[in-house]
Amino acid sequence: MSLDAATVRRIASLARIGVGEDEIEGLRTQLNSILGWIEQLNEVDVTGIAPLTGAAQMALKMRDDVVTDGGDPDGVLANAPERAGDFFVVPKVVE
Amino acid sequence: MLTDLTLAVARAGLARRDFSATELTQAHVDAVEALNPTLNALITVTADQALAQARAADAALASGDDRPLLGLPLAIKDLFCTKGVRTTAGSRILGPFVPPYESTVTANLLRDGAVFLGKANLDEFAMGSSNMTSAYGAVVNPWKRRQDADAVLVPGGSSGGSAAAVAGRIALGATGTDTGGSIRQPASFCGIAGIKPTYGRCSRWGIVAFASSLDQAGPFARTVEDCAILLRSMAGHDPKDSTSADRPVPDFAAACARGVRGLRIGVPREYRADGMPGEIEALWQQGLAWLRAEGAEIVDVSLPHTKYGLATYYIVAPAEASSNLARYDGVRFGLRADGGDLRELYEHTRAEGFGEEVRRRVLIGTYVLSAGYYDAYYLRAQKVRALILRDFTDAFAQVDALLTPTAPSAAFAQGENMDDPVAMYLNDVFTVPASMAGVPAMSVPAGLDGNGLPLGLQIIGRPFDEETVFAVAAAIERAAGFDALPAIRPGAVAAE
Repeated sequence: MSLDAATVRRIASLARIGVGEDEIEGLRTQLNSILGWIEQLNEVDVTGIAPLTGAAQMALKMRDDVVTDGGDPDGVLANAPERAGDFFVVPKVVE
Repeated sequence: MLTDLTLAVARAGLARRDFSATELTQAHVDAVEALNPTLNALITVTADQALAQARAADAALASGDDRPLLGLPLAIKDLFCTKGVRTTAGSRILGPFVPPYESTVTANLLRDGAVFLGKANLDEFAMGSSNMTSAYGAVVNPWKRRQDADAVLVPGGSSGGSAAAVAGRIALGATGTDTGGSIRQPASFCGIAGIKPTYGRCSRWGIVAFASSLDQAGPFARTVEDCAILLRSMAGHDPKDSTSADRPVPDFAAACARGVRGLRIGVPREYRADGMPGEIEALWQQGLAWLRAEGAEIVDVSLPHTKYGLATYYIVAPAEASSNLARYDGVRFGLRADGGDLRELYEHTRAEGFGEEVRRRVLIGTYVLSAGYYDAYYLRAQKVRALILRDFTDAFAQVDALLTPTAPSAAFAQGENMDDPVAMYLNDVFTVPASMAGVPAMSVPAGLDGNGLPLGLQIIGRPFDEETVFAVAAAIERAAGFDALPAIRPGAVAAE
């Protein structure tokens, strides 16, 4: 599978990373080089193998469903690029 | 010089009042001031905080306090959130970020009395094997080639600043994180020891996430025993990380003296990579001979899926990264670049905030998780990952630990391996399989190459059996008698 320019634009859009038209071709070459190298996994017979989702070979623990943190709007908002009162500010999304 | 002491010796010296914690920290603060402009090992220096912590340590020592790290100055990889101290992850996008909380691992170190000298440089979001991708500049390896002393060498990555700080003797020890080799490869390049413990041994809470199923914290130090002392403080169950293991933390330092008599040490034949330099192969054989002489039995084993480790890693890690890094949106914290609407704000912020390697990996990750490609890439990679784990499980039915080289080369120069991303990825060929399996692995300096650069050997152990890893690493350390010094270190530069 080899990526074309339209696919590179689509991936960048899904990832919400602005990519200039002048960067598309370079990125396409690099991504295809990496994906081409990854293709070697097609040699491996994985019939009947269950996927491994993580390295922690243990059951996840349960805990009581209670609030353990919170009530600190100033801490939460301390790093906000822009705040108004207890809210984050973003460009208008509803006309 | 106080900066030449090992952590264990410094601790004993403080207990005997041979010197004060303030003197010990001042010596390191002076070394940071003298050498950090050259090494660029620390992004943020916290000298005033360190000296205040040292004065508090002196008061505590005077009252008989014997916490295990009391008054010992460390560097903290700038991936660990530190309350009130800027934490950048080596990225522009976190340039203005000051965490309102402390990571569990650093909180554990502070609980045990440690002094923090500053935040260590790293590849951006821990993605890299050279420390060249940091938005805060490259780190300089304190070691120099004998033949080509003008070449500026990389410290490895991603924890390059941590490794350079410990090798260059501006810190007694340091924290790192290892996702595919980010502790072990820089330890090898910088001639120091470093361990990636079992996945789950240290809490990941408060560590900026790269690939959550692989990321694991661990220590760097100049001796195996020092790593053992640091790991004991860093490790332990944390209810805030559901993957942290609820099991007792052993006295790792005690295991360093166990010896290797009666242990079965495996030699995985697939690690005999084509084109491996002869001196690395020779050092590996030397390591096996040392262990045999100490009473270990050497056993040939097979890890048949080794060659697929890297390709599997470069699907799984970018996939997880693309998900983890979705949070950097310019809204709640970090950099914001303005846009006409919300979507433009996201796209401009992430274009400006992420460097090239991070962008590449987020795009790869987005692609392999996207509709229509998930099964072909991500699901297949998870199945190969299961086979890699099975290789290790089978091998550990026959042997107690494995011995391999840590990296396929000594430290390379800045600018080398930069043209082709895949060439850079190959640095991690020997470290990635243990990461995929979640098993503990340590690099210990074992010798020098023909150019006078350090080379490490890697010891891989069973899950949660770091004690055997420490025992084997300490045996190699004793046999190797590695006492070479880097060119850049306190005193050496002053004399120039």
